[in-house]
Amino acid sequence: MEVRDVVCTVCGCCCDDLIVEIEDNHIKSARNACTLSTSKLMDHRERLESPMIREGGILRDASLEEALDRAAQILSEARYPLLWGWSLTCNEAVSIGVELAEVLGGVIDNNTSICHGPGLIGVHDIGISSSTLGEVKNRADLIVYWGSNPVHAHPRHMARYTVMSRGRFRRSRRERALIVVDVRRTDTARLADLFIQVKPNGDYELLSALRAAVRGEELEQEEVAGVPVAEIERMAELMIGCEFGALFYGVGLTMSRGKSRNIDAALSLVRDLNSRTKFTILPMRGHFNVTGANEVTTWLSGYPFGVDYSRGYPYYNPGDTTAIDILRRGECDAALVVASDPAAHFPAGITRRLMEIPIITLDPYRSATAEISEVVIPTAVLGVEAPGTIYRMDGVPLEAKRLVEPPEGVKTDVEILSSLLERVKILRG
Amino acid sequence: MELLIRNGTVFDPLNHVDGERMDIAVKDGKIVEDVSSRAEVIDASGMIVMPGGVDIHSHIAGSKVNTGRLMRPEDHYRDYEFRRPQRRAGVGHSIPSTYTTGYRYAEMGYTTVFEPATPPLKARHTHEELNEIPMIDKGCFTLLGNNWFIMDYLREGRIEECKGFVAWMLEATKGYAVKLVNPGGVEAWGWGRYIIGLDDPVPRFEITPREIVEGLCRINSMLRLPHPIHVHTNNMARVGNYETTIATMETVADQASGSPRNIHVTHVQFTGRKGSSWVNVRSGAEEISSYVNRRGHAELDIGQIIFGDTTTMTADGSFQYLLHILSGNKWANADVEVETGAGVVPYTYRRSNYVNAIQWGIGLELALLIEDPWRIHMTTDHPNGGPFTEYPRVIAWLMSRKARDKTLSKINKTARRRLILPGIDREYTLSEIAILTRAATAKSLGLTDKGHLGVGADADIAIYAMDVEKVDPSKEYRLLRRAFRRTAYTIKEGEIVVKDGEIVKTVFGRTFWVKPWVKGDLMERVKEDVRERFEEYYTVRFGNYPIPDSYLRRPQVIRAGG
Repeated sequence: MEVRDVVCTVCGCCCDDLIVEIEDNHIKSARNACTLSTSKLMDHRERLESPMIREGGILRDASLEEALDRAAQILSEARYPLLWGWSLTCNEAVSIGVELAEVLGGVIDNNTSICHGPGLIGVHDIGISSSTLGEVKNRADLIVYWGSNPVHAHPRHMARYTVMSRGRFRRSRRERALIVVDVRRTDTARLADLFIQVKPNGDYELLSALRAAVRGEELEQEEVAGVPVAEIERMAELMIGCEFGALFYGVGLTMSRGKSRNIDAALSLVRDLNSRTKFTILPMRGHFNVTGANEVTTWLSGYPFGVDYSRGYPYYNPGDTTAIDILRRGECDAALVVASDPAAHFPAGITRRLMEIPIITLDPYRSATAEISEVVIPTAVLGVEAPGTIYRMDGVPLEAKRLVEPPEGVKTDVEILSSLLERVKILRG
Repeated sequence: MELLIRNGTVFDPLNHVDGERMDIAVKDGKIVEDVSSRAEVIDASGMIVMPGGVDIHSHIAGSKVNTGRLMRPEDHYRDYEFRRPQRRAGVGHSIPSTYTTGYRYAEMGYTTVFEPATPPLKARHTHEELNEIPMIDKGCFTLLGNNWFIMDYLREGRIEECKGFVAWMLEATKGYAVKLVNPGGVEAWGWGRYIIGLDDPVPRFEITPREIVEGLCRINSMLRLPHPIHVHTNNMARVGNYETTIATMETVADQASGSPRNIHVTHVQFTGRKGSSWVNVRSGAEEISSYVNRRGHAELDIGQIIFGDTTTMTADGSFQYLLHILSGNKWANADVEVETGAGVVPYTYRRSNYVNAIQWGIGLELALLIEDPWRIHMTTDHPNGGPFTEYPRVIAWLMSRKARDKTLSKINKTARRRLILPGIDREYTLSEIAILTRAATAKSLGLTDKGHLGVGADADIAIYAMDVEKVDPSKEYRLLRRAFRRTAYTIKEGEIVVKDGEIVKTVFGRTFWVKPWVKGDLMERVKEDVRERFEEYYTVRFGNYPIPDSYLRRPQVIRAGG
């Protein structure tokens, strides 16, 4: 059986034109899929097979009911639980997660706080001149990638949405210029019309110099952040001179020195450019639904990540109510991890903290976090075995499909979280 | 379940009930003739009983509302709601979280609210939020005034195909009405450019705003949609824009023969300015209201401003950019491919500010100068003029000259001199308020079971603790304001959901959407016709674009015949 218009659930591009061939409840092939997508769809990674509970220090198989009971017990006995993950699942699951945090008086945080958080903090400060990706495809004659390497991290971004795409008013690569700013000559940089090699951690300086140049001020230095002033001026000219420009930034900008200040500068630069021409800026979000996690959390609580319900109402203070911080302070006394592997990705010291508290993991696959958990519940893979709403990096909502049935007895995130919420509500009265 | 509301003072203008002492019976979510002796009795003696409020224009859900929330943590820090047994936690002020939005409307006796600006490509987002707004019935208007397919069809004179396309768009987005925002102008803003007049060509499309308005108005009538075209006119950013507002109404006047009401011009306060610069800006309310009083085909909503801090947001990206430049406040822009745009800017209206004071006056002058209360709806264009929670303040200004004088005495002196408001004596009656806030809006939306308390109507009822025999709203406007801030009871679909101003039960209302009927295979032909260009213009597949009915928590389809 052939399924068309399949929405990919790997990166923030959320390509929705995959054609998948299914035979016998197995995916045989996937057309239009990039390498990342193919490897997920044709996945042979080791799955979690059965719910598990830790007993006498060892994880043993358990029934789903037993695992859910134990999970509900851990969470409802916790004073300040952390509900972490949420970027590799659907909006419907995130919504239940927020209610769970509310009922428990815990913290719900998503991967944003360790990747694009500074981007959202920047929006609090500056706002953002943004658009959907189709605006770029139809109108943009200048594309800038800053601190991101789409050739490897978002393989179809350039072909579907930017330099190589074909829209109503821009038909080909020849009609668009590409500028890449990075600390090294990446594979994306090799395709650029202008490559600007910035000194590591020099982004803020370079952005500030660009802002000055865009405002027509003369730069007195010879070079800024390792970039000759002539090149900065050339880049500024290109940005002012385009008809529609789009700047895409990656974690190279959000997670280098300056963090949210870098984003403030980038957002301000693009805002300033709008007095001269049309310019937009978009983050290159990594996980396929990290944007959805932000949006759902925002419409339910007012805030995009790191939301603390311990006061009985939503409270937000990134750097204080975010996962790393509450773990570092040793305040958190239980964790629910949904579709994420913090034990593999958090700093070592924080992972050690994580090992001191009971963890409940919901994941389709084996992971380092599952290994240190009290309760492990296998889940269906979203966009392959489970349907749900996801948001592309530009906030365009898409419906991920169920292509094949999950393994016997394996439930979706939504089903498991609903049962968990029900149980917690009873235990908490 | 049965309810008997006994002995209240009932205001039900659609059924010509004006302050009569009577009982209202409710059974299974509907108003009925009578109930059994087992019915729960509410003693409404000394209280006002009205149909539940129906808000025709309030930005409560969708991507730009959420951008506003994201952009303004400072809006939430000072206004939050604890989790309580009957209700979820949330945050408030100008852009409340979804649950808080529903609760605060219900507390004021509003039971139906329409989100007026949904970008089709992000309609799923709007519906996701509507699904999580409790307490009220709702719906959303689909933004079509800058749609490339519509502009192409209209330019080519293919009105039949355009009609099919509009019908398909409403169905695909589960929308309720055709919304135009700065027609053609938002497309121009896609290039960072502006459109000034109704006859300026849209860059690269060779069509004018006038042609878009006329075309969509004609299609709206052909499809017999329940609500007229809902128009945010061009030129909001300019001072002398009242002329554009009148010209926009005029341009569809000759189409009005068959359907008496064929255009709803929204938040007219924002496009009711006269003058040539911000220094000499005046109110254009006299000219606009004189047009509306003479011509029966147009209706308006006010978009009243409230002094204080709020968050402005519209699909009119170019206007928001101007406001950002004028105010220096932070700015978000969110253009949507092929369809529309959006902008968000926080703003504080100040009494001492000349322009803000004039704006405040324009809204009230419009409401007081337009004679027919059925053609002027009460809104603040939430949150653009101010949060919807300030409606009681607007009611007090409309009902009490004393309340107006009190505010007038505090506003910018030059503005006060230049407004005609101080000379207007009119004071609205409670019955007229019931028209402005529920009866007329329900009627304009074509919701026959709402906005009244006749047998068969939805049992959405607001009971306000104010004794009309003891309180004169004109003099004691503070008591009036207090009564309308929180109901004694709000009844939704026959259930008591608010009691003494507190939520006692969380319920979820329906989402209304319109499915227009078109002849034969027109819709299929149109879909075939747009498919190829669709894949070229959009970044999503044609097949992934429409939203299924099952996506809505409680869908309620309204069929329209074309």
